Amino acid sequence: MNLFVANGLGVRIDDVSILNDVSLSVKAGEWVSIVGPNGAGKTTLLSVMAGLRPASGSLSIQGRNLSDLTPRERARLLAYVPQHPEIPPGMTVNSYVLLGRTPHLSFLAMEGSRDFRLVEQVLKQFDLSSMGQRTLESLSGGELQRCHLARAIAQATPLVFLDEPTTALDLGHQQQALNRIRLLREEHKVTVVVTMHDLTLASQYSDRIILMSKGQIAAEGKPAEVLDPTRLSELYGAQVKVLKVDGHLVVVPSVSKENS
Amino acid sequence: MPVKELVAEDAGPRPVVGVTEKLRVRGLVIGFVAVALATSAGLLIGPADIDRTNAVKELLDRLPFISVESGLTSIQKNIIWEVRLPRVALGALVGGTLALSGASYQAVFRNPLADPYLLGAAAGAGLGATVAIVTGSGDGVGTFDLVPLLAFVGALAAVALTYLLGYSSGTQRSPAALLLAGVAVASFLTAVQTFIQQQNVETIRQVYTWILGRLNTASWDEVSLLAPYAFVSAMLILVCRRILDVMRLGDFEASSLGIRPQLVRLVVICAASLGTAAAVSVSGLIAFVGIIVPHTVRLLVGASNRIVLPLSILFGAAFLVFVDLLGRTLASPAEIPIGVITAFCGAPFFVTVLRSSKRTLG
Repeated sequence: MNLFVANGLGVRIDDVSILNDVSLSVKAGEWVSIVGPNGAGKTTLLSVMAGLRPASGSLSIQGRNLSDLTPRERARLLAYVPQHPEIPPGMTVNSYVLLGRTPHLSFLAMEGSRDFRLVEQVLKQFDLSSMGQRTLESLSGGELQRCHLARAIAQATPLVFLDEPTTALDLGHQQQALNRIRLLREEHKVTVVVTMHDLTLASQYSDRIILMSKGQIAAEGKPAEVLDPTRLSELYGAQVKVLKVDGHLVVVPSVSKENS
Repeated sequence: MPVKELVAEDAGPRPVVGVTEKLRVRGLVIGFVAVALATSAGLLIGPADIDRTNAVKELLDRLPFISVESGLTSIQKNIIWEVRLPRVALGALVGGTLALSGASYQAVFRNPLADPYLLGAAAGAGLGATVAIVTGSGDGVGTFDLVPLLAFVGALAAVALTYLLGYSSGTQRSPAALLLAGVAVASFLTAVQTFIQQQNVETIRQVYTWILGRLNTASWDEVSLLAPYAFVSAMLILVCRRILDVMRLGDFEASSLGIRPQLVRLVVICAASLGTAAAVSVSGLIAFVGIIVPHTVRLLVGASNRIVLPLSILFGAAFLVFVDLLGRTLASPAEIPIGVITAFCGAPFFVTVLRSSKRTLG
């Protein structure tokens, strides 16, 4: 069953088309990765899908029109982590993750022990329990990334949108972050939509890949269907090879002798 | 949602994520002690020669079920009840209101340099007061003193104008547009005020005294004029204190968490401006309180608005009562304008606090 459906999404800025008639659907429990070259419209698409950016077209989640929902109702259904989340100075890890509970509290209410316990549980899952009192500024890139994910999970939504969650992480931390997302997805039955740059990682973790180019969907389907070397070479303007290593697809740049 | 299912309802130890609560309680206790100390000093110290033990007896005498003979003359009693007490009360109200307004502006604009006069409240109040003074309505003649009324109206009108300009300029409803509109409105109103002042040189001294800020004309009338506004303003802001912590993530992420940032900003700005307008209408322009107090509080207890906002009220109240005490005793029997003292002792105090370590209360 489709958890999320987008129909005919379009965004224009100063007569430049950033997104053009994008339609897609996401099934419950799926991991969908949106990939594409720089400027393809991945980030715009994700923020439009999260209802955070005005656009033409329609969006629905669990069969309800997104524009009919109040911001709070929407935030109880989908969590969104931007590419560069704000780091409020002096804010502790505890307070930051606790902000994820916001949509579950009425305007005047304060967090209750139930929220505190839930956040504690989430902190434990992200190995953040020992640094709850530390400020966000004192954390490393990998730890910070875990905080952002923890906040999204504390939001307890069926759908999580992550905008390039592995940017600025080294190879090990990229893998750890994606493994964690995979684990959480299985544990919490969360549906995940991620924008990514690394095609190899995208192919290894995703159920489905949406390849964007110039504000439109260029291809969509299982990783093996989408990651076609000729198509990638054309869209990215680069020579690439798609290899199969231990049953996994690996996308590598291929340097021809004339180019070297 | 699945995460909830993981959580046992009432099992486990007390959640550790609630520890900021401890900090808050400790800060509140210190804040109340500071207010009590400043208030006592304000009541017991002054240019009039009143024996302090007798003054304490006089204060105790007014408490229910306590009857002590203070031995004070009726004039001395009058000084305590009709001069010192309203002045302390007004100082506390103005200080608390300005500090809270400053902290709120800093929160909604996410700018540590925002102050209660940011959106033109000071310039508007200044213009209102100047108009009242030059037209002769502010000399206490007649039944009605127009200075506070016009200052109040001027401050609110200026903020409203800033808001309208800021939000009508372009499609980007950003806080930056509002700040720029504030600068424009303040400059324009100050120009008008200066022009009127230059045209009426005979009242320059009166206008200047008002602009420097003062509490020496304090009476119960001013206290009862300010109190309801201060109360409403504080209540509105304090109920938003948790949401203002969410706003620290910026408008975009706050929206993703289900907040309407522009609505919250509107509510808080209205409340803070109402408080500021009422405060300046009775005390003139007292600078620095709205910046120095919230900053000091933040350095002591961290940046969470849910702690900073209530503590700003307490520390703002204590600060202004204390500063007013300095103003009326340092050069006794003459008085130094309170606005001069807030700036004069505020700056070094601020530097000292900046140099001390963070979170000393924790």
